[in-house]
Amino acid sequence: MNILSILVIIPLLTLLALFVSRNQRYVRTVAVAGFGLQLICAVVVAVQFLQLRSVSDEAMLLFSDTVWYAPFNIHYTVGVDGISVLMILLSAVVAFAGVFSSWNMERDFFAWYSLLSIGVFGYFISLDLFTMFMFYEIALIPMFLLIGVWGTGRKVYAATKLTLMLMGGSALLLTGILGIYFTSGATTMNIMELARMDSIPMHHQYWIFCLTFIGFGVLGALFPFHTWSPDGHASAPTSVSMLHAGVLMKLGGYGCFRVAIFLMPQAAHELSWIFLILTGIGVVYGAYGAVVQTDLKYMNAYSSVSHCGLVLFAILMLNQTAMTGAVLQMLSHGLMTALFFSLIGMIYGRTHTRDIREMGGMMRIMPFASVCYVIAGFASLGLPGFSGFVAEMTIFIGSFEHADLFRRVLTILATTTIVVTAVYILRTVGKVFYGEVQNPAHLQLDDAHWYERLSAVALIACIVAIGVWPSAVQGILYDSFAPVVEHLNIF
Amino acid sequence: MGYTVYIILIPMLMFLFLGLGSKWLAPRVAGLFGTLGMGVSAALAYLTAWNYFAAGVAADGAYPTVTAWSVEWLRFTDRLHIDMGVLLDPISVMMLVVITTVSLMVHIYSFGYMKGERGFQRYYAFLSLFSFSMLGLVVATNIFQMYIFWELVGASSYLLIGFYYTRPAAIAASKKAFIVTRFADLGFLIGILILSYFTGTFDFGLLTADDASLAVTSLAGSSFLGLSAATWAMALLFMGAAGKSAMFPLHIWLPDAMEGPTPVSALIHAATMVVAGVYLVARMFPLYYFAAPDVLTLITYVGAFTALFAALIAITQTDIKRVLAFSTISQIAYMMVALGVSGMGGHAGEGYTASMFHLFTHAFFKALLFLGAGSVIHAVHSNEMEAMGGLRRYMPVTHWTFLIACLAISGIPPFSGFFSKDEILSAAFGHDKVVFAVLLLVAGLTAFYMFRLYYRIFWSEDRAYEKKPHDAPATMLVPLVILALLSVTTGWLPFSELVSSDAVPYALGINWWIAAGGILVSLAGIAVATRLYCRANDLPARLAAKWAGFWRAASHRFYIDQAWLFVTKKIIFRCVSTPVAWFDRHAIDGGISGLGTGTERVSESIKKMQSGRVQTYATFFMWGVLIIVVCVFIF
Amino acid sequence: MISMEHYLIVSSIMFFVGIYGFIARKNLLGVLISIELILNSVEINFSVFNRYLYPEHMEGLFFSLFGIAISAAETAVAIAIIINVYRLANNIDVRHIDQMKY
Repeated sequence: MNILSILVIIPLLTLLALFVSRNQRYVRTVAVAGFGLQLICAVVVAVQFLQLRSVSDEAMLLFSDTVWYAPFNIHYTVGVDGISVLMILLSAVVAFAGVFSSWNMERDFFAWYSLLSIGVFGYFISLDLFTMFMFYEIALIPMFLLIGVWGTGRKVYAATKLTLMLMGGSALLLTGILGIYFTSGATTMNIMELARMDSIPMHHQYWIFCLTFIGFGVLGALFPFHTWSPDGHASAPTSVSMLHAGVLMKLGGYGCFRVAIFLMPQAAHELSWIFLILTGIGVVYGAYGAVVQTDLKYMNAYSSVSHCGLVLFAILMLNQTAMTGAVLQMLSHGLMTALFFSLIGMIYGRTHTRDIREMGGMMRIMPFASVCYVIAGFASLGLPGFSGFVAEMTIFIGSFEHADLFRRVLTILATTTIVVTAVYILRTVGKVFYGEVQNPAHLQLDDAHWYERLSAVALIACIVAIGVWPSAVQGILYDSFAPVVEHLNIF
Repeated sequence: MGYTVYIILIPMLMFLFLGLGSKWLAPRVAGLFGTLGMGVSAALAYLTAWNYFAAGVAADGAYPTVTAWSVEWLRFTDRLHIDMGVLLDPISVMMLVVITTVSLMVHIYSFGYMKGERGFQRYYAFLSLFSFSMLGLVVATNIFQMYIFWELVGASSYLLIGFYYTRPAAIAASKKAFIVTRFADLGFLIGILILSYFTGTFDFGLLTADDASLAVTSLAGSSFLGLSAATWAMALLFMGAAGKSAMFPLHIWLPDAMEGPTPVSALIHAATMVVAGVYLVARMFPLYYFAAPDVLTLITYVGAFTALFAALIAITQTDIKRVLAFSTISQIAYMMVALGVSGMGGHAGEGYTASMFHLFTHAFFKALLFLGAGSVIHAVHSNEMEAMGGLRRYMPVTHWTFLIACLAISGIPPFSGFFSKDEILSAAFGHDKVVFAVLLLVAGLTAFYMFRLYYRIFWSEDRAYEKKPHDAPATMLVPLVILALLSVTTGWLPFSELVSSDAVPYALGINWWIAAGGILVSLAGIAVATRLYCRANDLPARLAAKWAGFWRAASHRFYIDQAWLFVTKKIIFRCVSTPVAWFDRHAIDGGISGLGTGTERVSESIKKMQSGRVQTYATFFMWGVLIIVVCVFIF
Repeated sequence: MISMEHYLIVSSIMFFVGIYGFIARKNLLGVLISIELILNSVEINFSVFNRYLYPEHMEGLFFSLFGIAISAAETAVAIAIIINVYRLANNIDVRHIDQMKY
């Protein structure tokens, strides 16, 4: 069997195993084993991918194809290129860390969590539009329950809003996918085949591009459709926030590239200015919005809007360097926000508040969590040595490669966020972690437990690894963008 | 000279070791490790300097530029890639010596000063991190490597200013320092983007080679808003430099940065990090000179203004570290002016040599001043002049070393400051008389405020000390003495034989006419200070009352902080961020929620039709049937 | 001679009287009687069409009988419901029976 399918099967088996688990200990053991195995499997995929690539020049490796619904030519087609491999690694790491961050959750939580992972991994390995869409939906639905049942605060409102907005995106997406299928006159839903045929007529490309880009963009926090993010992240339980901000938002960016731009490069080229403006606004706007937030999770959600906006911004620049930067930024943001949410979860779990005005002097009380938070903050504001710096610089350099004034000015506007980011990160750090202890009751709190430490350390290690050795990531990416970039150079 | 890379790597490893192992290391052991590491680095730096300068000039008569080590770190495009490397040329070698020396002194000094502080290990870890970043900055082979370490330097400065993280003032100061310099770095980054886009390289060697011809030709012809691309790029780079080097109006972070431990102020905010901006301009000097001479003029005027401005403020400050901070700003501005008025090659490049020379001498005497101030603060437990006076009898070593430093900074021969300052004045004299006059005035002011400080600490009248102040322990005195020796001797170095704008050694004598003018002005400053502050009297108070307006404005630092605070708090916070957040919650989210509530409302109104009365349904049904029947019959 | 039309006129009048009653009557029993009227008018139509158009067949007549049986059953059920409604609501006014609308 194809090793990629194992990535979907492991969470499925975990799900089944969870149902026969009787007590909390079994549940934990099963979850850790399942997601640990998943992580190992992801690494094996990466290694196999690298080995195969040295001997093959196919665009998609580890390819396999099975028909599962013949009348509409729907296949279960899987295969990976450098981008998907990196996304799989990211998802595996974040999901693994997430298990440790929700150590005390019950069985059903982990069951839905596994279902979510099935969707995520299935999505990243699929090459068939319909199968991809199906996994996308599988990833979205559990979110409703995970937030609505195990969340905090206005959880039902947040869950409903999030689900409805993402479903709205899916509706556009489905229309777009059908549009692609019917206007291209193809007899397949295979993305690679469709890209090779390149037969979508230009006048159809415009609307299909808009639909698919916005459809995926909703999940990637595209500017006017981002408002599910603050409420959703604030209400979600720790590991769901981690997985959602860390991985699910990447589904959006990945989809924008894999479907919208990959299949309709001409339309992308001509319409990119509209979306560049939107993402440009999102980047700056999210950063400014974060400055005045008083809830730690809200602040991070806005920061995510800014950082994820940068992902879409870079993808739309349509050149090799900027797109590499976009993937780096996806990885970086995924790890960073996962870390942030995991730490916020630790703090919230103890203090029962996320309001930065009610906290202070945490450095004295829980030094480990605080130091990790400061490190995450530095990573987020783009300090060299962490992944954020590498990603942002690659994006800026890549975007600046364009000779037209419009893109240059937007790039310069986007660079201004490095200052604003510093403002809100340092403001929080100063208020929450430094200073004197605000609430005497907090003095009784304990520092992070071993499982929380494990989660934080694993994420920090990845952030630092990318930051110190970015060429490894570039090595995996190699020329994954070549098909699009070459296509665009033709005209 | 591959070993040079260890000068940088050792502090980094020390940082990781001390940072990760701080829990398990005893404070003394951690300090020892840090100091030892720095000692090895310093020894290697001296060896490098010896080897480099002893090897002498190359065949073309200039000191060679050696890339001792280089590795490609990150590739952006076919042309643009960041390398990590070690570049050795006269100025980087000089900086290596300065940084390792001052850093070593501070490491030793901190043993005494920071004794018993909570987080001693952390402190040494941060010191190592800073040394690593600063050393990496000066040996950068390309502008992006410089930017990377530039940011790291900023971060370690943030960590060290905020070392006492429970003090609100320290938190605010660290945040301010980071954000202000970050803002300046934005300019730096955009400058790099523009420069690298046109020239297609980050490499210093390629950028500055052949009179910066690459930059001149590739940037020619492009302009934006009426200014050429070259001017934009270099002006933005200068913005970065101005941020780190605390040029007006980006100087506001430096005085506040004094909230950090005093040895940190000595290392970072006096001797090394703050001169990074000067170093950057010096590094890119050929580009400034050939590609963007307008920016060089800008640098001159900004520098001259900052020098005067900071000196005026320094006169009125009562916190001894603040006085030193403003004096630092003023002296760095001096270096900037020297670069601004400099030409290229031989005697025309006197300003360049002078600037680097002043950087070199200033590092030692300013570090000495700060460490001396630290020793005083250690003894009286206060930063305020009010709490000091007559300390010369209690702390003789501190007193004498402090006096040497004061004489050095005032430019009195034979102390080091005299030589470098004379060169700067002479370069300015040859370039622009107005700038020269300003600098001369600043020299007088410098002497005045430094001796005001000196007299009020060590002379004036005794205070009622709770505990009799006494000289610091040996770990603190040894660095003072060493630095004092350096402050006396470094001026005698034949600096123009080592550092020049085109790396070709030349002979540069003392311009005695200008030197005499400088000395006279300085002596006048000292004399006035002696009259006013040597013995306690009411003349200073009367003068202050007479010039009340000026005095108040200057002691409030001419309200620049308030202006910035207005911009950040009122404009950015209130007028941008708050509306943005509001807009998001209400307009955008409201719009989305509006979709939801709209749907709900429509359904609410439609559902009335479903009254539950079958008779109503039947009526509708009947009418429906009738209408359909009629329609069928008509069409 | 009584032609088919006469019968049809009578049944139509019955039908529309029934419809009017169904819509306008407020008493449930009245509504029920109206329904009976509608059904009976239909049954008249069945018988008449059978008698005049296809005299050799019997389907129409049987259908009428079938309808009478059904209306009898329906009346039984309806009366049972009405009695229950009366027990619950103490009246049999249709305007009050709208609790189960949505």
